[in-house]
Amino acid sequence: MPNGRRIYRHRFWVRMTHWVNVVCMTVLLMSGLQIFNAHPALYWGNISHFDNPVAAIGTFPDWVTLPGSQWLAMGRRWHFFFAWLFVTNGALYALLAIASGHFRRDLVPTPSALRQIGHSIRDHLRLRFPKGEEARHYNVLQRLAYLAVLCVLCPLIVLAGLAMSPQLDAAYPWLLSIFGGRQSARTIHFLCAFSLLGFVIVHLLMVLVSGVWNNLRSMVTGWYDTGETHG
Amino acid sequence: MVDHNRLDRRHVLGHIAGSVGTLMLTGCDRLSQDPDFTRILDTAETVSRFAQKALTGRNALAREYAEADISPEFRANGTIEPSDPDYQRLAESGFMDWRLEVGGLVARPGSFSLSELKQLPSRTQITRHDCVEGWSCIGKWKGVRLAALLDLVEARPEARYVMFFCADAMDLSGDKYYESIDLDGAYHPQTILAYEMNDLPLPIAHGAPLRLRAERQLGYKMAKYIMRIELVADFSQIGDGKGGYWEDQGYEWWAGI
Repeated sequence: MPNGRRIYRHRFWVRMTHWVNVVCMTVLLMSGLQIFNAHPALYWGNISHFDNPVAAIGTFPDWVTLPGSQWLAMGRRWHFFFAWLFVTNGALYALLAIASGHFRRDLVPTPSALRQIGHSIRDHLRLRFPKGEEARHYNVLQRLAYLAVLCVLCPLIVLAGLAMSPQLDAAYPWLLSIFGGRQSARTIHFLCAFSLLGFVIVHLLMVLVSGVWNNLRSMVTGWYDTGETHG
Repeated sequence: MVDHNRLDRRHVLGHIAGSVGTLMLTGCDRLSQDPDFTRILDTAETVSRFAQKALTGRNALAREYAEADISPEFRANGTIEPSDPDYQRLAESGFMDWRLEVGGLVARPGSFSLSELKQLPSRTQITRHDCVEGWSCIGKWKGVRLAALLDLVEARPEARYVMFFCADAMDLSGDKYYESIDLDGAYHPQTILAYEMNDLPLPIAHGAPLRLRAERQLGYKMAKYIMRIELVADFSQIGDGKGGYWEDQGYEWWAGI
């Protein structure tokens, strides 16, 4: 391990909300699959056309569901508890990210970085990652991926979840309108969950190939090794 | 030598990851059995209830749909043919002898035949039914407004919940279905005791002769085969004390989501 210069890359609240989010998303996905297994078919529109589903993909195996056997009532309890935690944690992150300038400074890509996007894609494909001073900042692909998750997928999955509530639908019928019906909302909720899973898989791959211990340390302690020797 | 070490390390890491995974899964399943832990999970239901009550107002109406939106196949869930002999006798005579008992914390307890109920103020609505399993169907319901019935029997001020006791036994133990809603739900304009579905007498599979429609909650709240209604101040002494058959099996009493 090169003993290079260490930089403080992730602030405490970023690390904190990141790991709370890891727990939330894991529980939400697994309990969500438990809930899905109670009726493993997806539909489009207001209602379930039982003989004409958009997808009837069968049930997920026990080892990916929470609890690890058919138990809808308990799956719902896990799901709603961690949904509240997920939303609270996300709101806290959003507030701090905007107030501290993290959002504007570190997440919104600069116009010049956007122009370099082809270059960044080629670097990623060759598994060449920024070193030294450059590693201090998120690169343009990271920024776009994080923005898509934070500003599109996360709000969308929460809204689609809320649109499945008959109580909220009564007070806010636009919840149904924006998704084109409750069953569409359920399908979109499912698609968002798997899009997030896809993001997490790519994210973990990138963590692995760009220096797993260095990345992990920086997300636990905040300190990242730039790989440069002391100058 | 180096390669050997690397393989070893990879093997050990894989082993650790596997063990952590297994530990997490069995740990979570053990937590699901732990009453102290599930009590923590249950706080979410209370938070959801307060948040939804605060954000939705008392009388927001569930969306009503057009005739064209009615489901060609409305799935019947739970009991679809009660085995209770008394119920079967009532069904054979077209529920001519069936009477709805209304009692508990009311000033004027009474019993009502189907034709008497049909003379009370009614409401017809085409609404969406959301099952806790995840599916939805749209149906047209006509029934007596529960608010009108409660006014008739004069609910006493200490009443807080309306209990529905049903004819259908859910399992071999013979425990019969029951449910409860609070007074906000009971006096909601769309809360009706339905005796018609899609312009026909309520079919047995859907709860004949009378079922509850509480349109802002999930399907399991909407008790079928109602025999008796009782107003109570609390339901901790009824059944297992959770307010309903499915609630006693671990489902939320607040079924707004």
